[in-house]
Amino acid sequence: MKEELDVLEQTVSSDYKYGFVTDIDTDVVPKGLNEDVIRIISEKKNEPEWMLNWRLKAYAHWLKMEEPEWANVHYPPINFQDVIYYAAPKKKKQLGSLDEVDPELLKTFDKLGISLSEQKRLSGVAVDVVMDSVSVATSFKKQLSEIGVIFCSMSEAIQNHPDLVKKYLGSVVPMTDNYFAALNSAVFTDGSFCFIPKGVRCPMELSTYFRINTLGSGQFERTLIIAEDEAYVSYLEGCTAPMRDENQLHAAVVELVAHNKSEIKYSTVQNWYPGDENGKGGIYNFVTKRGICQGNDSKISWTQVETGSAITWKYPSVILKGDNSIGEFYSVALTNHMQQADTGTKMIHIGKNTKSRIVSKGISAGKSQNSYRGLVRAGKNAINARNYSQCDSLLLGDKCGAHTFPYIESKNKTAIIEHEATTSKIGEDQLFYCRQRGIDAETAVALIVTGFAKEVMNQLPMEFAVEAQKLLAISLEGSVG
Amino acid sequence: MLSIKNIHASVEGKQILKGIDLEVKAGEVHAIMGPNGSGKSTLASILAGREEYEITEGSVSFLGKDMLELSPEDRAREGLFLAFQYPVEIPGVSTTNFIKTALNEKRKYHGQQPLDAVSFLKLMKEKMQLVEIDKSLLTRSINEGFSGGEKKRNEIFQMAMLEPKLAILDETDSGLDIDALRIVANGVNKLRNNERAIIVITHYQRLLDYLQPDFVHVLVNGRIVKSGTKELALELEEKGYDFIKDELSLAEAV
Repeated sequence: MKEELDVLEQTVSSDYKYGFVTDIDTDVVPKGLNEDVIRIISEKKNEPEWMLNWRLKAYAHWLKMEEPEWANVHYPPINFQDVIYYAAPKKKKQLGSLDEVDPELLKTFDKLGISLSEQKRLSGVAVDVVMDSVSVATSFKKQLSEIGVIFCSMSEAIQNHPDLVKKYLGSVVPMTDNYFAALNSAVFTDGSFCFIPKGVRCPMELSTYFRINTLGSGQFERTLIIAEDEAYVSYLEGCTAPMRDENQLHAAVVELVAHNKSEIKYSTVQNWYPGDENGKGGIYNFVTKRGICQGNDSKISWTQVETGSAITWKYPSVILKGDNSIGEFYSVALTNHMQQADTGTKMIHIGKNTKSRIVSKGISAGKSQNSYRGLVRAGKNAINARNYSQCDSLLLGDKCGAHTFPYIESKNKTAIIEHEATTSKIGEDQLFYCRQRGIDAETAVALIVTGFAKEVMNQLPMEFAVEAQKLLAISLEGSVG
Repeated sequence: MLSIKNIHASVEGKQILKGIDLEVKAGEVHAIMGPNGSGKSTLASILAGREEYEITEGSVSFLGKDMLELSPEDRAREGLFLAFQYPVEIPGVSTTNFIKTALNEKRKYHGQQPLDAVSFLKLMKEKMQLVEIDKSLLTRSINEGFSGGEKKRNEIFQMAMLEPKLAILDETDSGLDIDALRIVANGVNKLRNNERAIIVITHYQRLLDYLQPDFVHVLVNGRIVKSGTKELALELEEKGYDFIKDELSLAEAV
């Protein structure tokens, strides 16, 4: 018994492979948060007056709010004055093309497996890259603009498409929504902006790669995706950070707007530094992600593979406002060592014949705690609303925890809401069965975990499914002798 | 091929095997019979390397190697196969994927390249026919929602694919109806050859009717108390285990 557990423990220990730091000249605003810092950020980004005012309003609101404590995560109070709110790799001049990107930066992203040079990319994936507080490069911009797709950094969108930004920013996640959303609204620095015009099926995957580099800096990105009538887009984000002893804050806001008959598919492979095995360091990931199915027959689908962060606090949600709209949430959350994750979704049924589907797979190893928290609400006009939720937890070893907090609110007699939950352990029997066939414990654990997460992995775009599968295996990799 | 000498084993402090000796040569089929709780499955488990059993005395050599020094996966890669009494479910992992992983791990151990997709499929097709297993079963999650017969047939299919030198069938006949038993037994018979040894652990004669073992051993209370040819199994079937127990108590009384 004892030995089997040791094998499991070794198997789930792993090294974080993205923990290096890039030595690059960085423009940094000193630590601390006040109105002046917000003014500096806004000025550095050469923002119009309305944007600054919006930020200041959010900041004033944030000052009156309190940090939420209801989540099943525990951490010492964050000193918001000890965070750098703006850090940007210094640009030597305005970039004319990707060839002019700092070679040090290109090297960093090559090391992360992200080639920024468009010629080298095998598949049609357009990438926006955000380092610390700013977007450093966006690929395939020109090709996309020819069919009317806008894919650029949020900073550029504020400059070049102010009407769209004004119309949609904060329309799904109001600045007053929650503590971290208010903070983000005040200090957000960059992120991606996507606009898919009416009737256009975006021909390639759009993706943003987030990287925190500077010591002590937080990352506050803001992403906005709009699909007009009958438009389609598939979007993916990836994230990594260096290994550092102290905790770093990541508080993002993502808003999705889907009009009539449009579809937005949003996938995340989150691999922020999770801290070491004793829980030292790691990213605090407090993220608000929400989409609205504004139009009839629209669809929003969230898929997330979460393996990183010391603390994850994240509930990608869908407001099903349009009739016949569909919301989906597919999640794999893997926690190891001292990681804590409180993640899930909210499906708010407002329109008629709306459908939602939730598939959550939590994997806990080491001494980690993994919670699913989900709300399904059917309003009084949500006639024939349907929800199906399935929450499965897999435990590795006997020191970790899995928790499920489902909330169901139905104000409508015609709504049908189903919830299924299971908890299982990687049994010694399973492990032994594999080993008896010649599969060592490490490979066996990866095989079992991949099998457990299969339903969700199948939802990922092809280009990233393989990557995500490897990531799961790596997160469980160890030193079994 | 396999040489078990004076094996004593216990679990949680309780002595289960009290000195087992057994010699198995290539090409032989041995049956181990015995009442419930006699230690049959324990013997299978320690040979395969389950770690909850403590071996307190004795030795096992397999193909000239000290088997007790090898990890369970290395024993498998050396050519030991255990057909489980209760095959384990692994949700989301298809039988095909499972066997492919196992086969390639074994090949890696022997310094061979992984089998390419075409050769693997060809091998699968060939073995599927041999053990009469349906293709649809192989794309489903391994053992999940399988009937008792399907599970056992799947074990024999894995045996066919992995081509072990020594196969131990742990109560492969339990929970099978007569048709399933016949199919499983036919599969095993087709896998018999001069280089492969098979140990069949069973309660009943009926599997042995099909398999015709070369030797039969009776295990009672942690010891092999009687060995013989297949006629011994028939005698057991007729008289029950009590006659052996009676013989034993007589012997002990003297």
